[in-house]
Amino acid sequence: MTELWNSIPAWLQYAVLIAPLMVTLTIVVAMYTLAERRVIGAMQTRIGPNRVGPFGLFQPFADVFKLFFKEVLIPTQANRVLFLIAPLLALVPAFAAWAVLPFDAGVVLADVNAGLLYILALTSMTVYGVIIAGWASNSKYALLGAMRSAAQIVAYEIAMGFALVGVLMAAGSLNLGAIVDAQVGPFWHWYWLPLLPMFLIYFISGVAETNRAPFDVAEGESEIVAGFHVEYSGATFAAFFLAEYMNMILISFLAALLFLGGWHPLAFGIDAVDEVLALVPGTLWLFAKAGFFMFCFLWFRATFPRYRYDQIMRLGWKVFIPITIVWIFVEGFLIYMGWGPWWQ
Amino acid sequence: MSVESVLFYLFGTILVASALGVITARNPVHGVLLLVLAFFTAAVLWLLLQAEFLAIVLVLVYVGAVMVLFLFVVMMLDVNVARIREGYAKYLPLGIVIALVMAAQIVIVVGAQAFGLEFFPRPEALPADHSNTRALGLLLYTHYVYPFELAAVILLVAIVAAITLTLRHREGTRTQDVSRQVRVKRADRVRLVKMDSDKGEQP
Repeated sequence: MTELWNSIPAWLQYAVLIAPLMVTLTIVVAMYTLAERRVIGAMQTRIGPNRVGPFGLFQPFADVFKLFFKEVLIPTQANRVLFLIAPLLALVPAFAAWAVLPFDAGVVLADVNAGLLYILALTSMTVYGVIIAGWASNSKYALLGAMRSAAQIVAYEIAMGFALVGVLMAAGSLNLGAIVDAQVGPFWHWYWLPLLPMFLIYFISGVAETNRAPFDVAEGESEIVAGFHVEYSGATFAAFFLAEYMNMILISFLAALLFLGGWHPLAFGIDAVDEVLALVPGTLWLFAKAGFFMFCFLWFRATFPRYRYDQIMRLGWKVFIPITIVWIFVEGFLIYMGWGPWWQ
Repeated sequence: MSVESVLFYLFGTILVASALGVITARNPVHGVLLLVLAFFTAAVLWLLLQAEFLAIVLVLVYVGAVMVLFLFVVMMLDVNVARIREGYAKYLPLGIVIALVMAAQIVIVVGAQAFGLEFFPRPEALPADHSNTRALGLLLYTHYVYPFELAAVILLVAIVAAITLTLRHREGTRTQDVSRQVRVKRADRVRLVKMDSDKGEQP
């Protein structure tokens, strides 16, 4: 088996590995949309979709089929080429970022040194899909949504980048696997505690970057209909939808890897308990931790009213960025004094 | 041809084509998007040179931030394409002269007599665990720390200058005082009135 694997060319090996990852991700997105409707339904004392298949499990597939059989409408005054490229530009970085994400020790498609930078660069490119969609639609609402999204993503990307600077200072590496391994130990060794401000800012910025409630002014149903994707229908709309949920899952996994110890099992520093908890495979721990953040996305949406636009800008530029800069200096001072932000 | 050279020529062609597109595109938004493509392809070429840090930072800073703001501004502008194109024939000779002078200057400064292949040893292939990021960081924060800090301070001055030049306080605008909004108590805004429903005020 190993001989057969080694005999095929490298690009084919990658293709064989990439295909199941993409299929799994798409299915996770499908299940996530169902979970969103069920969870928010439960929070609002409704039932949610439960008719198609057991517990409504086939509902997302029914939705996808419906979307793919619908016509892709292109407005007459729209810029046809850019109008059709925009959903692809949203989707490609959302998929490509998963290349460097480890699912367990050593289980990663591309184990690159600058993994964190790569993810930051790719997530910063998702904004093009939104902006080009807004502009190419040749519609007022779409353009307004695109402008809001552009300003918002640029603002929160800086805070997010600074929060990640904190992580790489503590871990001393840009490689995601090395960052996770630097957090080994009981749960207070994970970076969420020593880097608590960075952790909170990272996750909140992640919610803002993915244009999710309470930062979903780019869509803003009550003000600008559906924002940047108001003119999209059928498969092109599905592409935007897929990209948005893919990015939410990516942010959740990153938060789990960078701040909650990734695949390391929950440990309390008590040997008897820790040994039992360590029996659970690392990948399951990672999925459980990421699942918590994915739940938070839904929880926020059901709980918070939408931010006013000027408040979003104020929070990003005047609150988050100063806090992260101060914490970077505090952390640098701690490292210089040899105290270290981690209790080992 | 090795895979690297195939990739180099492929991305080199895309880079040159998109760069030409930037100056020939009729629509300014198309021009900006082609410039984004040019930056992205340049990043790929750097990646082929094993300069992964520079490549990723080019995408992060230029593609992810600078060009987004560029696009933001260009989309808002109502550019009259006809006005831009008028006088094309009139300025063409001057443009050609300037282009030739610039090309000559570039050739004189970085031409083959100073930067030819024979002046440089063939670069060794770097080991797989070589970290470009680490190498750059070590150089930047030790040997070149003063130029680096100076560049940072100059950028900071530029930021402060740009803000002070454009900041203006208009009279009569109603902006919120955020700290006052946060400090507000229920009693400041809500007054509960107890009324008898039967003996409400008659219209």
